[in-house]
Amino acid sequence: MSDLVRLDAASLAAEIAAGNASAVEVAEAHLDRIAATDDRVHAFLHVDADGALTAARAVDERRSRGEELGPLAGVPLAMKDVVVTRGLPSTSGSKILAGWRPPYDATVSARVKAAGIVMLGKTNMDEFAMGSSTENSAYGATHNPWDLSRVPGGSSGGSSAAVAAYQAPFGIGTDTGGSIRQPAAVTGLVGHKPTYGGVSRYGLIAFSSSLDQAGPLTRTVLDAALLHEAIGGHDPADSTSIDAPLPALVTAARDGARADLSGLRVGIVRELSGEGYEPGVLAGFAAAVTLLTGLGATVTEVSCAHFGYALPAYYLIAPSECSSNLARFDAVRYGLRVGDDGVRGLEEVMSLTREAGFGAEVKRRVILGTYALSSGYYDAYYGQAQKVRTLISRDFAAAFADCDVLVSPTTPTVAFPLGARVDDPMAMYAADLCTLPASLAGTPAISVPCGLSDGLPVGLQIMAPAQADDRCYRVAAAVETAVAGRDGRPILAAAPPV
Amino acid sequence: MTLAAPSYDDVLARYAPVIGLETHVELGTASKMFCGCPTEFGAEPNTQVCPVCLGLPGALPVANAAAIEATIRIGLALHCSIASWCRFARKNYFYPDMPKNFQISQYDEPLCTDGWVDVLLSGDTYRIEIERVHLEEDTGKSLHVGGATGRIHGATHSLVDYNRAGIPLVEIVTKPVTGTGARAPEVARAYVTELRDILRALGVSDVRMEQGSLRCDVNTSLSPLDSPVWGTRTETKNVNSLRSVERAVRSEILRQSTVLDGGGRITQETRHFHENTGQSTPGRSKEEATDYRYFPEPDLVPLAPAEEWIGQLRGTLPELPSARRARLQEAWGMSAPEMAAANAGALDLIEATVAAGAPPEDARKWWLGELSRRANEAGEELAALAVTPTQVAELVRLVASGAINDKLARQALDGVLAGEGDPGAVVEARGLAVVSDSGALTVAVDAAIAAAPEVAEKIRAGKVAAAGALVGAVMKATRGQADAQRVRDLILERLT
Ligand SMILES: [Zn+2]
Repeated sequence: MSDLVRLDAASLAAEIAAGNASAVEVAEAHLDRIAATDDRVHAFLHVDADGALTAARAVDERRSRGEELGPLAGVPLAMKDVVVTRGLPSTSGSKILAGWRPPYDATVSARVKAAGIVMLGKTNMDEFAMGSSTENSAYGATHNPWDLSRVPGGSSGGSSAAVAAYQAPFGIGTDTGGSIRQPAAVTGLVGHKPTYGGVSRYGLIAFSSSLDQAGPLTRTVLDAALLHEAIGGHDPADSTSIDAPLPALVTAARDGARADLSGLRVGIVRELSGEGYEPGVLAGFAAAVTLLTGLGATVTEVSCAHFGYALPAYYLIAPSECSSNLARFDAVRYGLRVGDDGVRGLEEVMSLTREAGFGAEVKRRVILGTYALSSGYYDAYYGQAQKVRTLISRDFAAAFADCDVLVSPTTPTVAFPLGARVDDPMAMYAADLCTLPASLAGTPAISVPCGLSDGLPVGLQIMAPAQADDRCYRVAAAVETAVAGRDGRPILAAAPPV
Repeated sequence: MTLAAPSYDDVLARYAPVIGLETHVELGTASKMFCGCPTEFGAEPNTQVCPVCLGLPGALPVANAAAIEATIRIGLALHCSIASWCRFARKNYFYPDMPKNFQISQYDEPLCTDGWVDVLLSGDTYRIEIERVHLEEDTGKSLHVGGATGRIHGATHSLVDYNRAGIPLVEIVTKPVTGTGARAPEVARAYVTELRDILRALGVSDVRMEQGSLRCDVNTSLSPLDSPVWGTRTETKNVNSLRSVERAVRSEILRQSTVLDGGGRITQETRHFHENTGQSTPGRSKEEATDYRYFPEPDLVPLAPAEEWIGQLRGTLPELPSARRARLQEAWGMSAPEMAAANAGALDLIEATVAAGAPPEDARKWWLGELSRRANEAGEELAALAVTPTQVAELVRLVASGAINDKLARQALDGVLAGEGDPGAVVEARGLAVVSDSGALTVAVDAAIAAAPEVAEKIRAGKVAAAGALVGAVMKATRGQADAQRVRDLILERLT
């Protein structure tokens, strides 16, 4: 394995800027690494070697002309397949979009390219981001680099596995109910879900419009802040995008790395622990709380009484929105078309296509959502879930009156074995217990590795008020520094070689 | 033996109709409702599209501020309340001309509510109450190929043009209109006409029914005169002209009365109006109606028009057609029926003709008389005639100066309409000037007297009124190109 792939994104950018490595060499090293390992990991759905080398050459040429390059120029990236990329397959992990080559770039894709970041390809995911293990991909499961018999989390499991397996220094994920934070936690990475509206949704193949957010999956907190700054900020093409500058995220990450949280008020959410949480996870979380105290923070317990309703509310809102968002896959304009034999009518072709093109979990949620929105049921289901959402936001507001950040384990368990929960949707849904409240409230939350349980990584979730993403980065960077000081190495360094 | 269908008057002596109108107006904004695509009518299919209006995965809508502004102005012109906070909603149903398989519309939070508009029908005023005015996006257009009628049944395949998909569409819904009795069809037509004139005055749409930029669905129900409850209503779609609005209501009243007289029940359904037969056929029945699963559109932020902005928009409202009619009626000294006969288009033309120098009564006479007649014959709008207000003013001037008479003026108009140039040029080219050369006229007058000695005798005997016959003969001989007054003077000069 080339030493280049061991470097984090900030270090790679520095090497390229200093002329110690060319962007092409860096891209080739990562493409080689993918070629050598992806038959076991299956992180990528599509590797764009030509595109990556072309982009890398462009960066090298700009550098040789003496042009000023961005802070991430030449650094390779793994892009989740839910993000639309012009001319490149963008399937969202679904058969129904097989063969579709989008004629446009998502804002995230465009900003990645504009930053000189080199996209290596598109990563695997649960179909339409519906799942917590990447086993719902129509193109086969992804394996956790820590233990190939376990899941890499989901739905952004392709990106988490790619970054944890050193196939890419960082990646883009999307988080609707925890799909960045939970994969980050179970693969020993940093994963941040921005404030809703902080990163443009234009060009994210929609799962649940009021919840979806793109964000970074990285090996360091600083890298996450750098990538967040590259893709975030106002976008007029997304009406829900916040029209205000991002907080200074990189500055916050550098500040946090000095490992001083004196005066910081940290709240432990009582409802996000206890039954259903693995002892090893709770031990890792307790150790992280000890670290926070050691960093100078004041830690208290807070109660968020309605967090217990997050899961049922989420499983009404997200399926409702997805039932509408996924209606456009009808065989008329793009993607799969089944049964068009010149005899069958439109409706039959539509339903045969949707029958063949959607997987079981997608169908389950479309049916759930269609039902929840039906006249006569709307108030009892969708309407009620929106009220719960308001109550959860109020719980957050009350807690943030006394605390600067809230903390919890990111997931109740470490990475579970492949196949363990595929036949038990409720067990699968439980993987998002801790991450759902921030999704429903639209507030930012980060997962940072804080320990190991039986040799598998445990994540600490740090939640902040809306538009205070910088707090997440500052506290996460302090924890990262303290963990490395405690263990003598970063968590990810404990991962066995793939 | 078959019973003769009851007459319309007989039906209305026994039943009371209730009507309601849902009007869709395509706004004339430069770009579509939720993307930057142009909105021009008649472009090559699928050339005015982008990821947003094609509903491509990942694309997101951004609301067009100009469309929101236009909708608020429509609401204000219709005396509506403007919501201080409202949302778009998704209306979910599968149809291939709808790229996302949902339409972004408004549901229980329309932008404008509770307004009214007065319509004038030969002196009587009917107040039509407006339930709501909301904003939504238009669908694409399906073309069904291979079938006999262009409808989906029997077609071998369908083509879809998405140029229209996403064009801003305003829906204006009336409350049920009662108490119109036999005049229900006329009231319906007068309302749509008034609405069209208001929208035109606002400049928010080109309101062309034949191009579909103004579309109308008509609800009709019938109940026995003494019944306290209204009958079951039907909704007639595909009503594509003002005349059809009237015809659709009338034919539906007759159809429903026949069903009711026969002891039948009216089915709540959508009916399809046929322009050629003036009849409608049943479409989708409401019992099998789709559940649209409305919910607030999560991709858009709520609309919250500030009070101050609404006030500014109120200030931009133009003079509305009713106020304008009152002003012009006063200024031009027109009668109420004359005024009622003039729609906003005609008033525009008359006003422009007056501005070009013609006296109001002449301008009015030309546009509402001769020119209206010709427009009707051609089945065209008055404004579509190939004559400008300036040309009409020139015609008026030529007549007033005595250069031509009314008959010659109509011939000059023929030339103008045929594209032969301005009236003066046509008069010249066609040789239409009044024969004023005394020599030529004297010859014609003498010939007429010689040809009718008995008439000449009467005139000589003092019956001056008999001169009319001789004047007619001279006019005929000069093919109308003489000044009739001058001819009369010449005849009397010779015989008295
Ligand atoms: Zn468009």
